[in-house]
Amino acid sequence: MELIFEKSVAGRLGVALPDSDVPGSDFLPGNLLRTDPPPLPEVGEPELVRHFTNLSQRNFSVDTNFYPLGSCTMKYNPKVLEEVAALFSGCHPMTALLPGGHIFAQGSLELIYCLGRMLCEITGMDEVAAQPLAGAHGELTGIMIIHAFHKARGNRKHIVIVPDSSHGTNPASAAMMGYEIVTIPTAPYGDMDMNLFRKAMNGEVAAVMMTCPNTLGLFNPHVGEICAIAHEHGALAYYDGANLNAIMGKARPGDMGFDVIHLNLHKTFATPHGGGGPGSGPVGVKKELIPFLPVPRVVKIDDGAYALEQENPLSIGRISGFFGNFAVLARACAYIVLLGREGLVRVSEQAVLNANYLQEKLKKYYDLPYDISCMHECVFSAARQLKQGVHALDIAKFLIDKGFHPPTVYFPLIVKEAMMIEPTETESKANLDAFIAAMIEAAELAEKNPQALMQAPVTMPVKRLDEVKAAREINVCHLLAQGTGHKARD
Amino acid sequence: MDVLYTKEHEWIRIEGSAGVVGITGYAVGQLGDITFVELPSVGKVVKQFDVLCSIESVKAASDIYAPLGGTVVAVNQSLDSRPEIINESAEEKGWLVKIEISDPSGTGRLMERQEYDEYVKGLE
Repeated sequence: MELIFEKSVAGRLGVALPDSDVPGSDFLPGNLLRTDPPPLPEVGEPELVRHFTNLSQRNFSVDTNFYPLGSCTMKYNPKVLEEVAALFSGCHPMTALLPGGHIFAQGSLELIYCLGRMLCEITGMDEVAAQPLAGAHGELTGIMIIHAFHKARGNRKHIVIVPDSSHGTNPASAAMMGYEIVTIPTAPYGDMDMNLFRKAMNGEVAAVMMTCPNTLGLFNPHVGEICAIAHEHGALAYYDGANLNAIMGKARPGDMGFDVIHLNLHKTFATPHGGGGPGSGPVGVKKELIPFLPVPRVVKIDDGAYALEQENPLSIGRISGFFGNFAVLARACAYIVLLGREGLVRVSEQAVLNANYLQEKLKKYYDLPYDISCMHECVFSAARQLKQGVHALDIAKFLIDKGFHPPTVYFPLIVKEAMMIEPTETESKANLDAFIAAMIEAAELAEKNPQALMQAPVTMPVKRLDEVKAAREINVCHLLAQGTGHKARD
Repeated sequence: MDVLYTKEHEWIRIEGSAGVVGITGYAVGQLGDITFVELPSVGKVVKQFDVLCSIESVKAASDIYAPLGGTVVAVNQSLDSRPEIINESAEEKGWLVKIEISDPSGTGRLMERQEYDEYVKGLE
């Protein structure tokens, strides 16, 4: 497929813009002014529309194919939620910040407030701040809150404990706040080794960060005990909510003993995800941590109206412009209201059922390092296939030929040749069966004709990409040949 | 010449009061093609098993830990432009950093080659 630059013909226009009536050259220093127009591609409107339409049709997305990318809950997003988000597009984000402006933004403020209440109900926390713009941003916010909490009490704690099955962002967020990271290995039962954890706990630990279910898709039966041990040592317990899709309406991190959590609205509450966001990572806290939440906070004032609390002496301050990614909040709010309590419970039940169905059907064909009932995702190893020289990556590429987006590969790091499959609740049994058949075909091919797998994909517009060359020699620029007609016109 | 190994698959070749550090062939096999090495600056002070630098491969970004405590006195600059040297020669030309060892007693927590080979066999 040609690049849009290669389709360019000098002088061709897609739109006719009026002449600029702003005399830019009067205001800008001469040395900053261009002498030639930028070498933009010059194409007509039909060429432009066809170019991008064709490109979009080559895209693999959850709107075109089954998308079982583990650890990320790439669920399908009901299109009606886009309509809901659009309803709020007329309200300028500055409105509520102007003196008296909150009166003109009651709907938007009420949405943020009510979403916070619903998320508290779902997670068992006391208060939620909706500003963080992504999961990792939520983690950093949560760790900043933990740091502020200890600082206010005069605690000098410098360690954060994470299990080795955690998302890489957990230790990264804590390290960004200056904490020293202590990593606890996974025990054969598939979660943080309790003996090593007890040994590592002491008065210098500021927090323990857990993902539950963890990245092996397993629910940690010791999670309550872990929180209790953390509290005994004056540490706080942090819950990474990336995998909340598995437990909604069944278990609440607040009840397990967690003090600070973040959620990924773009994972669990059906907003577009992948391809760069936007995301949303609200942070929830228990009562004693409310004063440290970021500002501004939406509060309900005496006359029943919603207003902003702009200042708070203990607050960690502002962590994003305005109120976070508001359109994501609007979609999440509508999603929760549309499904209701029973709906959310069924989401989790169906997500867990689908993952266990895949796990059971495929465990004859692939190694299952932790052979226990899983939650929302299951993690296989291609170690058996590796004996024939077939890597998880080859199986992933083969699945593309079969019309499936590959699962996550090579994560979690603690599983060799990992393949992490999260079907989510939205997939029918027929879709799951088709995926299972493709996975079985890959396993059989690995035995009979491993070379064929190593060639995949063969049906796609681009074949096997040289990922090493792409990573070592990053080149995302199109070099224009000299004298290609991109000359200044009079 | 004395080469010792860590459980995290680093090696250190003791040369007098200094040590040259790299990662083992087994580690490279696990990482796959290496695409980027973030080297420390000369003068960085590390304790034993502190993070020394990081290596990115097509599969993962991994921390590399200091086999012994000390001060970084040299880094392998050629890895900046050609990280694949580690894939080609992990235990020789693909060395990462040279450190001036501050506490030689830490060698007691490292393994000899034979012990390391047995340790790796246990991981397979």
